[in-house]
Amino acid sequence: MTPAVEVVRVARRFGQVQALAGIDLAVGQGEFFGLLGPNGAGKTTLISVLAGLVRADEGSARIMGHDVVADYRAARRALGVVPQELVLDPFFTVRETLAIQSGYFGLARNDDWIDEVLHHLDLTAKADANMRTLSGGMKRRVLVGQALVHRPPVIVLDEPTAGVDVELRQSLWAFIRKLNADGHTIILTTHYLEEAEALCARIAMMKGGRIVALDTTQNLLSRFAGLTVRLGAVRVPATWQARVLRREGAVHCIGLDRYDELEDLLRALRVEGIAVDELALEETDLEQVFLRLVGSHGDPSAGIRAGAGSAAGAATGGRDDRIGGTGGTGGTP
Amino acid sequence: MTTLRGGWRTLLYKELLRFWKVSFQTIAAPVLTALLYLLIFSHVLEAHVAVFEGRVRYTAFLIPGLVMMSVLQNSFANSSSSLIQSKINGNIIFVLLPPLSPLDLYIAYVAGAMVRGLAVGLCVFAITVWFDPSTLRLAHPMWALAFALLGSCILATMGLIAGIWADKFDQLAAFQNFIIVPATFLSGVFYSIKSLPPFWQALSHANPFFYMIDGFRYGFFGLSDVPPLGSLAAVGAFCAVLTLVALALLKSGWKLRS
Repeated sequence: MTPAVEVVRVARRFGQVQALAGIDLAVGQGEFFGLLGPNGAGKTTLISVLAGLVRADEGSARIMGHDVVADYRAARRALGVVPQELVLDPFFTVRETLAIQSGYFGLARNDDWIDEVLHHLDLTAKADANMRTLSGGMKRRVLVGQALVHRPPVIVLDEPTAGVDVELRQSLWAFIRKLNADGHTIILTTHYLEEAEALCARIAMMKGGRIVALDTTQNLLSRFAGLTVRLGAVRVPATWQARVLRREGAVHCIGLDRYDELEDLLRALRVEGIAVDELALEETDLEQVFLRLVGSHGDPSAGIRAGAGSAAGAATGGRDDRIGGTGGTGGTP
Repeated sequence: MTTLRGGWRTLLYKELLRFWKVSFQTIAAPVLTALLYLLIFSHVLEAHVAVFEGRVRYTAFLIPGLVMMSVLQNSFANSSSSLIQSKINGNIIFVLLPPLSPLDLYIAYVAGAMVRGLAVGLCVFAITVWFDPSTLRLAHPMWALAFALLGSCILATMGLIAGIWADKFDQLAAFQNFIIVPATFLSGVFYSIKSLPPFWQALSHANPFFYMIDGFRYGFFGLSDVPPLGSLAAVGAFCAVLTLVALALLKSGWKLRS
């Protein structure tokens, strides 16, 4: 079957910055695919290449088999993009905005589908309100509606849940899940790792314009399967120093490959006479996989947020717990 | 039932809706400006200025000039302001994501701006004609129409190019204040270029706006400073060149797609 999205050796440079350094990627039809990476990893540039907003210096990209340059009309008809920026046309109402966007794709009298989109995005009551009067969350939902108005088989959402409250986020994801269940291919970039873990069947992790990992979410988690021991102690046994993933105050987070390694650790603690104040086990989550892959220990620019499920996180655009930072990992249950 | 049609039609509709929603600002205001020009200039100069060897009253001479000036300035204002606002607000993305071709974009933006320019021109004529009802009897209406269409197309295209080029409102204002307004004012809206010294007459011949106004006025009186066919050729050629430039810019994605 033709891949929904096919990217072959796509490179793009902006001045001195190599935004994309030869990306190869194929996303199958019907997939729910995640694109993760720190700020500046190249996610938005890659999406922009797919959408025809940025032209690649090298390589090619196809949407449902249509080249985004040579056959741009068919490629763009097959693609719906929810942009990262909260943009709107202040002259129009919500319904006008959706009808106009539909018309740009050549679809006139698309009212039934527009009504359905408005309903699913909980915008029916605001259909005749001017765009300027909407809250940030509502404007975000209109952007989602604009991406769906021509029923594209491939939908790209570039961090769509930033600034959207929890309730809205849940209804938005329910709608996107329904679209995916109906056969739409979904590509999602998000800063919320729990969100990606919960929704995406396959994930590409990007860093510095390259894909550093590309696998199913399950494989990524199992490939990096392991345990993290949270050890509260004044120090770590000398032979275990290299296994420390991070420190959170007096707590040392130590990586284990297997449960039976815990015995070795306890033995070493006993031998060196180190008193244990706290001992807890954590299983690997996507956040830790990401941490290991992008090697962002102490890299505050990672900018990836955890805690998608927290009300506070959602309301403020996510808890600002940056992976690899000294402020803790957050988001872990 | 959903039907398929060219996306440019919706973009044109959006452009029309955009200026119609703020018609007080986009139509009424320029009509008032033109009316003020007529009141002041005709009052001050009617008894002092003879045009076309006195065969046409100055007020009558001024009316087509003001109508055409309104057509030109508002055609430019519409396409340029629409584009710069979309670029600065970021909502230009809604036009760039759909499968609209460079020609689709050109037709929609230019036709939208032409409608605004011609609508303002028609309103200006409807009001100013009362100052000299003889102007209602156009000598060659088709010539007037041809120059109005070509002139509005040229300025709409210039507005499109300026809107693509400008990154900020003040850049666009500079384009308007230092190119469009001087070229319009020095084109013979308020006077016949035959009243100018030879140097300024020669310079006026290099101003494409002069041919638009002079040709348009020929449609009213059957009189012009230069032969209307020559003006039509100059205006037509200028329009063709600008159209090709605009299409090439849209195709290249300059300042719109990176």
